[in-house]
Order: sequence, then C-alpha cells, then structure tokens
Amino acid sequence: MNIQTIENIVNKHQQQQGSLIAILSEIQATYSYLPTDALQAVSKMTGKSLIDIYGVATFYKYFSLQPRGKHLCSVCVGTACHVRGGEVIAEEFEGQLGVAAGQTTPDREFTLGKVACLGACALGPVAVVDGHYFSSVKKTDVKKILERARDGLDKVEVKTDQRIFPIDVSCPRCNHSLMDASHLVDGHPSIKVTTSFERTHGWVRLSCLWGSYTVESQPEIPLDTVVHFFCPHCHAELVTATSCADCGAGMVPMIVRQGGVIQICSRRGCKGHMLDLV
Amino acid sequence: MTNLTINGLRVSVETGSTVLEAARFLGFPIPTLCHLEGLSPYGACRLCVVEIGEGPRAKLVTSCTYRVEEGLKVRTASTRVVRARRMILELLLGTCPQAKKIQDLASAHGVRQQRFRQEHDDCILCGLCVRMCEEQMMARAIGFRGRGESRSIGTPFDMKSEVCRTCGGCQLVCPACQLRCTFVEKDAAVCGGCVNLQPPCLDRPKFDNMMCYMKPCVACEIEQDGR
Repeated sequence: MNIQTIENIVNKHQQQQGSLIAILSEIQATYSYLPTDALQAVSKMTGKSLIDIYGVATFYKYFSLQPRGKHLCSVCVGTACHVRGGEVIAEEFEGQLGVAAGQTTPDREFTLGKVACLGACALGPVAVVDGHYFSSVKKTDVKKILERARDGLDKVEVKTDQRIFPIDVSCPRCNHSLMDASHLVDGHPSIKVTTSFERTHGWVRLSCLWGSYTVESQPEIPLDTVVHFFCPHCHAELVTATSCADCGAGMVPMIVRQGGVIQICSRRGCKGHMLDLV
Repeated sequence: MTNLTINGLRVSVETGSTVLEAARFLGFPIPTLCHLEGLSPYGACRLCVVEIGEGPRAKLVTSCTYRVEEGLKVRTASTRVVRARRMILELLLGTCPQAKKIQDLASAHGVRQQRFRQEHDDCILCGLCVRMCEEQMMARAIGFRGRGESRSIGTPFDMKSEVCRTCGGCQLVCPACQLRCTFVEKDAAVCGGCVNLQPPCLDRPKFDNMMCYMKPCVACEIEQDGR
C-alpha cells in the first residue's frame, strides 16, 4: 500500500462534506479492496475516528475488507431465481470454484457472491460474471461460464462487431501522426507511442479500433501499472489534468483526425476512456 | 411553555423537552433501557413507548425522542402501551436472557413466560456504550459495525483500540452485561421473583430477626388484629 496514493485520494475529496464513501470507493477501485492500513491512514488524514470509517466500510456490501479475485461472480438466490433452482446453481459455482459464497479462490482469480436480486427476475436463474449477465443458467453451464470468464469476457470479435470503427490520432503537441502503418494491430495501422514506467522505457502499440482494447507492448507492462506516455516524434509527455473516472490514474490525450480529442487511462488493464468530438 | 395532556392531566411543560422528560417530571413512570441523562436520545430499546393521539389515529411513539407539542394527548400506560412493552421486554429477554436489568424490568412488568428462543447475544444494540464513549469520554473507540443480522458493537477490526483509555464507561452504562442472580433455578427463562417481594415484617420490632417474605403474612395479620 502506498501512503502517497491514499493522500492524493483524500486530498481530492477533502473540501467536500460527506465525502467518506467517495474516498473509500476510490481506494477500493485502486486496490480492489480496503486494506487495514489504508483505513487507518484515512482516519488520520480526515480526522474522522477509525470506528466511523470501519462502520461505513462494514455497513455497505459494496466495500470489501478482504482482497478480492480478478473476476467477480454473483449468483442470484432471490425469490424468482430460488424457485427456478438458483440455490442449485450457487452450489454448483461453489463446487466448481471450491470456495463458499463470499470467499475468494486461493489463486485470487474468482470471488463468489450470493445476492438477493439482480433485477432480471424474468431471466432466472441469473448469474453475473464481471458485469456480464447469464440468463436461465443450468447446472451444466457453470463450467463454461467460468472458463469464458478466465479467458476474459470483455474480448470482442473485431470483424463482426458493428460498434468498432478505426480512428486516426496525432500528438496534441506537435500534431504529428501517431499512426504506424508498418505494424498492424487488429488488421489496421497501430497507434505507436513510447512509454516509461519504473525506469523502464519501451513502446506501446494500441489498436486504432474504437472499442477494441488490444495492446502490444515492449517490454511487457504488468497489470495495474500507471505508465507515462510520450510522443515518439517530439518526445513530449502526453498528459492532462484530468484523471480516470474508473481508477483515478492520469489520462493520456490524443488528437483525433476526424475531429476531437480522445483520452485514455494511463493504467495498464484499465479501460477508462473519454472521447470529446468537436 | 407547551400545553399538553398526559394521562388525562392537563399540564404545561417547557417547550422543546421530550415527552419522556415531561412525564418523568410529573411523576409518571416510563421504563427505559437506552436512555441516560447527558447522552443524546436514541430510541433504540423502544421500551419508552407511549400512545399519542386519539381514536383510530392513536399511535405508539418512543417518548425519549418525541418532543412535546401543543395540545398533544399522551397516555403512558394504556392497554396498548402495556402490551407493547411486555412484548418488547419478552423479545429483549430472548436476546439477553441473563441480563439483570432486563430480567428485573420483565418481572416488574408482569412478563411471566418466554416464548422466544434464547439467543444469549449479551447485547441489545441499544448504543448506550457507543454514545457514552463518544459524547462523554470523547474517545470514539467503539461503534456499530456491520448491518442487519450481523450488526455488532466493538472496536475496529476487533483489535485493541488506540484511542480507548479503558475508562470502563461502556461497562458502567451497559444494561445487558450485568448478570442476574440465578439463585437455584439456573436455566429458568424468567426469574426475578425477588424484585416483587418486600419483607413486610422488617419494620416491626417483634419480628426483627424473622424476615418471612410472605405477603400477606399471617403472623403480622394476627398481631394487627390483636392490637
């Protein structure tokens, strides 16, 4: 845990009244749970008593005091799902993962949760994995769902998905194009930028397809690392004052030739992005 | 001053005081567990319920949190109130069967049976200790944790708190952690027989050493008749 990170988060919300939930929420977005030291640090920085913070953290089910897995599975055992065998599905999930509801697998891959309703009663029994809804789940489906989650549910089929279109970007400082036609990613020219993190320098090639998150990099950037992006032509750092709405890391701006600015999150693995069209 | 009616008696009390304060000032007894002078009212134990209003619009409110209003009609011991109190006490007894204060109150209010499963939680979540710690001891070492069924009182992470001075204020005010005297019947659900008994012969010189606890006492009656 980094005390500086906590301090930045607290300072950002210091002026507002009743900002405790926002602070805790942002800490959880950073660490995926609320570490004990972080709560103690927040207590010291805000002047609120530790028990008040702990009370809020234990009151809301949204907050977790234990580290959670990469993938979140919620199985509905509410009334409508229960009568259609939600409990059996939940038991199957428990059996497949080898943990009880509310626990995380030892390899930190899955966190299993039983929930009372997911608001999709007509589709019961329902399970939600990483924000993806699975309807009318059968006992035999569970294994498939978990396998797909391991592969990554957010993978998109570039060729068939209508939402995906190529964009053409340039450096916001020197206006030099960042496109690299000599290296294709997803079958289109890639966006090439230089990067640095923890004294390591390299390059990143991003897919120019809007909606695709395919990234190639040299060297490999570990997940959750915040990376500094540079223009390969003028060597200026691509940086803005805005921070990612999902994880709080800095945003990287690029000019879109079609008109507008795209900002992507500088954290590896985070999919936060903003597109301002002009 | 605010004019109101308590048990049919027209009174005027200081504006802004609570119904509980007004009733106690006038001498109407209202039992409480989570109320303590000097701590903010909380309305957790519900024992101080009184009936306000009339006819079909009458309702039960906690008198410790309800402020007096002009023309308010309060009944502190109507049938509905007494029955509600008995039920609350029976439920509290189910949570903490061993607590002396609750046992005594139950006995004094005529609770003669225990229909609920005994939980032995040793805490009724009245929040007295939390308010004591926060408002009088200025420590904020303990508080409520969790929600619903898993709600509990304690220190963060169940570790010894850095801000706790072990003043003991929380134990002093706790209505649940003083154990009752179990006498011979250890597992009886409702005990408290002793609260209702007074030795009637104590103040008579002749029976000085014979505290018979019988009421009515035959010996006393005879002596009275013979006089």
